Formats: sequence, C-alpha cells, structure tokens
Amino acid sequence: MALLEARGLIKIFGKLTALNGADLMVAANEFHGLIGPNGSGKSTLMKCVAGAEIPTAGTVTFGGRDISQASPAERARAGMSLKFQITSVLPALTLYDNVLLALQAQTSLPSLVFSRTRGVLHDRAMAMLEQFRLVDRAADAASALSHGQQQWLEIAMALAPEPKLLLLDEPTGGMSLEERRVTGELLQPIKKRCSLVIVEHDLDFIRDICDRLTVLDQGSVLDCGSVQHIQSSAKVQEVYLRRA
Amino acid sequence: MEIVVLAIGVLLPLVLKDYLTVYATRVLILCLFALSFDLVWGYAGIMSFGQAMFFGTAGYGVALIARDLGVTSILIVLPAGLLIGLAFALMLGGFLLLGRHPSSVIFVSLGTLTGSYAADRVARGWYYLGGQNGIPSIPPMSLGSYDITEGPVYYYLALGILLLVYLLCRFLVRSQFGLALAGLRENEQRIAFFGYQVQRLKAIIFSFAGAIAGLAGSLYAFHEGFVWPNMLGVVMSTQVVLYVLFGGSGTLIGAVIGTVAIEAVSFWLSNNYQDIWPIILGVLLLLVILFRPAGLISLILGERERVGNFGRPPGEGDRGSS
Repeated sequence: MALLEARGLIKIFGKLTALNGADLMVAANEFHGLIGPNGSGKSTLMKCVAGAEIPTAGTVTFGGRDISQASPAERARAGMSLKFQITSVLPALTLYDNVLLALQAQTSLPSLVFSRTRGVLHDRAMAMLEQFRLVDRAADAASALSHGQQQWLEIAMALAPEPKLLLLDEPTGGMSLEERRVTGELLQPIKKRCSLVIVEHDLDFIRDICDRLTVLDQGSVLDCGSVQHIQSSAKVQEVYLRRA
Repeated sequence: MEIVVLAIGVLLPLVLKDYLTVYATRVLILCLFALSFDLVWGYAGIMSFGQAMFFGTAGYGVALIARDLGVTSILIVLPAGLLIGLAFALMLGGFLLLGRHPSSVIFVSLGTLTGSYAADRVARGWYYLGGQNGIPSIPPMSLGSYDITEGPVYYYLALGILLLVYLLCRFLVRSQFGLALAGLRENEQRIAFFGYQVQRLKAIIFSFAGAIAGLAGSLYAFHEGFVWPNMLGVVMSTQVVLYVLFGGSGTLIGAVIGTVAIEAVSFWLSNNYQDIWPIILGVLLLLVILFRPAGLISLILGERERVGNFGRPPGEGDRGSS
C-alpha cells in the first residue's frame, strides 16, 4: 500500500482550474519528483497534499487514513512535513531556536510551559544543524544566513520532527550550482528515514535523487514512472519541446 | 536593567511625597495592565484593541462585590478580579480566535475593539452599573480588620503583585512555550505546518493576559475608590497600546518602562504646560514611534537581545528576552 495516495484531485480558483483530476502515489521510502512546465499545477498539488489548500474534489489518503479535509497541523501530527517554495524560516530567531521550534511542535502544553523537553531535544537540534552544515552558526539569527543556507535551514526544520513524508517545494530555488550539488548530497542520507515528494525545475537535480517521477501538464498527470521511463516518454518530450 | 528598575521601585516611596506615592501606585497598576497587552501583542502577535474590556469588567465586578455583598477581603476580591478577566477573555477569545482557520489580524483587532466599545456603552447605559458616573465610593480593600488604603502600603502591595506577575511572565516567555509564542508572532502559518495548534495557543495566551488585566483592574478599582465607563472603553484600550509601543513591545521591561515614561512625562507636562500638554505628549509619542519603532528599550538592547534565545546553542547559556 502506498504511503500517500492522492486521487482525482481537482482544485478550482475562480475561473482557473489549477488541478484537473491529478493523482499522486508515493510508496514508503520513495523519493518522488513532481515536474512539469510553469503553471502545470505542481505547487497546487503539493499544497493540496500538505493542507495549505483544500481540494475542490478528490481524496488524499496518508498511511491509510483519509486526510482530505484535515488541517495542516493535523497532517503534520500524522507525519507529514512541508518546506515552502518561498523560504519561511523565522528570521529573528537563532538557527538553533528555529530547529527547536520545529522539534517541539508535538510536545504537550505543560511540558512546553515547564520546558521539560528542552534537554532531550538539544542533541537532536544540534545533530540536525550538523547534518545541514549549519552547526557553527547555531547561535546566529536566521536572517544572517545566505539564501542557500536559509533553504538548508528550512529543510532541516522540516526534517527535524522525523516525518514519514517530507514535501519539498523547489528546495534549490535561487541557489548557485555548488549549493545545488551540496543540497543533493544533504538529501541523500534521508532516504532511509522517510519518503520524499519534491517539486523542482532543475531536471538534472531531480533525476539524480528521485526514484520515480510524476509529470504534470495543465493540472493533469501526463505521465508517471521511473526516471528512465520518463526520460524516454514521447508525451513528456513533446510537452517540454512545445514549451521550449 | 530589571534589577535597577526594581531597586528604584522599592526605594521610591522613601523619597516621594504622599500624593506622589499615590500617583506612583496608579502607575504600577498600569504597568501590570501593560504587561497583559505586551503578552498578547509583543509576544504572541495578537493585536488586541480591547484589552481594557478585561481591565474594566474586573474593576466593575469587584466594585459590585464590595458594594452589593460587602466583601472587600483581598483574598476574595483579587482572585475574583483575576477570574472575571479570565472569563471575559475566554469568551471573547473563544469567539475571535478558535475558528477552524486562524483569524486575521484585522478581524481580531476589530473584534476586540468592538468588544471594548460595546462594554463601555453597556456600562454607560445600565443604571445598575451607575451609568455615566460609574460606581463611586468603593470601600477599601481589607486584610482581616486592616483596611488597605492608598499610600505606601498599597504601593508595596501593587509592587509585590507586579513583581510576582512579572516573574511569572518572564518564566513563561523564556520557556519552550515562549518559543512557541515567538513562532506564533513571527509566522503563524509556518508553525501550523509543524503541527502547532495555532488557534489554541492564541486562545491560551489571550486568556492568560485577560486574567492579568483583570487583576490589574481590580487593584485599580480599589485604589481609585470608584470605577467608571472609561475603564472599559477604547481610550483605555488605546492607552495601553501606547505604553507598550513607547517602551518596546516584546520585552517585559519595555512595557514597564513605557508605562512609567508616559505617565511621568504626562504628569510633568500637565503641571507645567496646562493648556498644551496633550499636544506636546502626542508629538513626543509620534517622534519615538517614528524614530524608535522598537520603543525606548531599543536604546539599551539590540534586536537579538530583545528577541532572546530559548535553547542552548553551543557556548551559550539559556538567555531569554526580558
């Protein structure tokens, strides 16, 4: 059984149909890429899965449970985590506190008030910063980081609660070539720990890290399969050539 | 900084004349009120333009308890004031904050403003509450057979309660709960995606702050000896916003400094420039807000120190905002 099953998702904004019956299946520990031309509905599909948007029709099942109408917080508590397309780290807080904030999200209210989990979470926060090469700057404000480092911090925050499914919306947006390469390296080790859905424009990047790809066009799934299958798909090539 | 302010507070009645001690007591109670607004706005980012509603309803509540039931014991009236503030904040907060989706800042601002305005109108129009004149001649608060009247004793009572509440708030805002509040203030949408129940967090801090405002309102009512509709209304609600903005929102000491500064400057100006003092005060407030948007506290503390740390990055101890 797939970890995530989104079936027949339709999302209509006024007169615009952003999603028109899109499906997305992700298995446990699978890295799944979501690609397509601009305006094809990738980010909308991601938002419908994460709960940022409620689909007009269709269902989202996560771990066998229907979460189509669940709030983002409920989905997060079920084991889903999202990195937004636009970097949204908390700039006034230190890097350490950004990660701690993510880690303590499911701590009970009395434990938060009496700071009961601060000690326990300390090592996990430091390990997460270490993994993303940010440990030396733990005490700096997040606003002092470069754009690429903020993207890493946000991935670290999304990964910190040990989700079953990590959703990354354009994690390499605005990064240099070197930063993209490092991002790919940073993502590889998480393969054993969770599934990943990634929206990305950089096809080389996505080809290197993903097991399967779903290609969207005009709100519908154009094709879905292994990286080799998609690379040789005439339908996909036609769409990309048409847009080029 | 906090120690210096506390030392001044402790020593002040020794050097002040009696009438100034009474004035300083009023300022201490207003500091308590300012802390309640600072918690909701400065720490949690909830814009409440109706904080006086909790201050005033508690004031009216304890005035009625004293007038109609003859109960003035400090052991009953202060907890009663606290509970009245809490109950009204729970009701208004439940309505404004506990929807399925997070409420917008505008919705909460206007909702709290409307609540405060409506409470003011009800008090003005209800004969039982004394109408426009309010409830005069409230008997003094008592402890056993001892009446706690205005003067040094009331001053130290207010200072003691302010200190206790300050320390409680300080503990709270430096805790992991304080970090969650910082997340709420900085980007509530983001933290919802971590799994935080944003609306519930907001309702909790809003109610807690309402209880503090209620405590302040009950102290104020007994200190002044009467309550009147302005205690509930928009003017008082705006005044507390100015205290916190002037001193520096998001720091507890900033709220205290802002209240003391505005009240002290108002007092001095009104004695020396009787006709034009409100204009001078208004210009002064505008200048501070224009050139020091983070308030007077930003003259002493940098942004990083004001926000503080909640965890323990390497090489640093715990250090929260004050």
